[in-house]
Amino acid sequence: MHVVRLSLHDFRSYAEAEVALEPGVTSFVGRNGQGKTNLVEAVDYIARLSSHRVSSDAPLVRHGADQAVVRAAVVRDGREALLEIEINPGRSNRARINRAPLPRAREMLGLVRTVLFSPEDLTLVKGDPSDRRRFLDDLLVLRAPRYAGVRADYDRVLRQRNALLKNARDRGGRRGPDEHFDSTLEVWNQQLATLGAELLTARLVLVDDLGPLVGRAYEAVAQTKNWASRDDANLEYRASFELPETRDRVVVRDALLAELERRKADEVQRGVSLVGPHRDELYLGLGPLPVKGYASHGESWSFALALRLASYDLLRSEGDDPILILDDVFAELDTERRERLAELVAGAEQVLVTAAVAADVPAALRGRRVDVVDGKVAARAD
Amino acid sequence: MYEGIVQDLIDELGRLPGVGPKSAQRIAFHLLSADPVDVRRLAQVLVEVKERVRFCSVCGNVAEEETCRICRDPRRDPSVLCVVEESKDVVAIERTREFRGRYHVLGGAISPIEGIGPDELRIRELMTRLADGAVTEVILATDPNLEGEATATYLTRLLKPMGLRVTRLASGLPVGGDLEYADEVTLGRAFEGRRAVDD
Repeated sequence: MHVVRLSLHDFRSYAEAEVALEPGVTSFVGRNGQGKTNLVEAVDYIARLSSHRVSSDAPLVRHGADQAVVRAAVVRDGREALLEIEINPGRSNRARINRAPLPRAREMLGLVRTVLFSPEDLTLVKGDPSDRRRFLDDLLVLRAPRYAGVRADYDRVLRQRNALLKNARDRGGRRGPDEHFDSTLEVWNQQLATLGAELLTARLVLVDDLGPLVGRAYEAVAQTKNWASRDDANLEYRASFELPETRDRVVVRDALLAELERRKADEVQRGVSLVGPHRDELYLGLGPLPVKGYASHGESWSFALALRLASYDLLRSEGDDPILILDDVFAELDTERRERLAELVAGAEQVLVTAAVAADVPAALRGRRVDVVDGKVAARAD
Repeated sequence: MYEGIVQDLIDELGRLPGVGPKSAQRIAFHLLSADPVDVRRLAQVLVEVKERVRFCSVCGNVAEEETCRICRDPRRDPSVLCVVEESKDVVAIERTREFRGRYHVLGGAISPIEGIGPDELRIRELMTRLADGAVTEVILATDPNLEGEATATYLTRLLKPMGLRVTRLASGLPVGGDLEYADEVTLGRAFEGRRAVDD
């Protein structure tokens, strides 16, 4: 798939912008703070309904405006569709496809699929487990949009259950536990286990599928004569409890339920949920060693790139070619990694690149160049 | 900001559910220009509703007397009880004219975030009502969201051991809708709750 037209209204720094795009490579070049990233962020927002730069929608709306609108004309399977999203911070967003409103904005998820590389990707390797869980869940939603709902429901059940545990802990000292505490907790355990098992098994299957692709992508990116980087890149999903060797949702649910029962005293004492997919970790390894703490800066970057490249390969193997977005990554990479990344992605249906300095973009990805100066977007005729 | 009492009125109206600052202002100015008789009548109703309306001592529905109209009605089937979260759910179900039993209004759903546990709901009253064995079926009609489901599960565990028939309202496709426009959760539920077609 590819975007042929992007128009923004009160989005980030743009009061109004209209950009024509083509399949193949387009690079947006301009000095920092001119609005390059805002353009690709808008494309990514259409796909994921969230931004890679901020967790809330408010910063996406131009200062002083009360809503932002992103419109993208997208070609999928040879047919053009106009997708629109109205971003209303604090209220629900509204989405339209070919002018027809959708009952819920969430239903637009998955119509456009993007894989975005950004300087923040290094946190996939060096950051907290939560960064890696978000990586898995974001990919899960692109793969099957239904999981956006499962994820939101799980988070809500978790908040309810944590509130219950915290209450029990706080009153435990004074009046003794509430007489209904056990039976109420059981109800939330049931909900947490059902939704948790759904999320967990989906993540397990995802890691099964992604693992070999990451191994291959890492080899392609990191391929050097250096003996130290000959080790295989590997992934392993590490659950917060002993997980049966299965991908069966019912078996996982029962195991999770049993574990919740077993850890109950501990949870009540600490006033927080200690078991479930929100405590799990995606282990990243190079050969026998973990990447975190052992890999060099360059190796860490290669691993981060491999995770994104593998995501791209996975999505492409299951449907339309996703749109690749390379946001300011080349400045972070050494020449060899730049060249190899460029070679690997040059064949994609559509690649959108942003760079402060045109010379940072490898020759293979120069493509069509669009200059972004002071919020003005102009294609260069050369 | 408006002067004194006008601003007070706007602030009061703005506290109502579903009324934002702009609507509050519009309603306030509507009232200012309305006939004093109409405004007095509105004020009267507001005061009276607070004084006269109370909650039915049996089912918890809004009532003007000790018990509500439905609980007093001898034609209602005493063996079926429909458990709902709010009084407005009673009104919704009554509109169908399908249900001839009686109701029990819980006053909300279990939600630890909001500090609502079984004790804050009218569950003890429900158990007292069921004690004499007149009711044989309990229909759980709590909302089909996480809190409503949690409440239904909680009640099921409480009621099943009493030997009652416990049912839950079906959730699935809206009547008159299109299958292709159903969201995946609803469609998934509809599949789970599918039933055999009678010849």
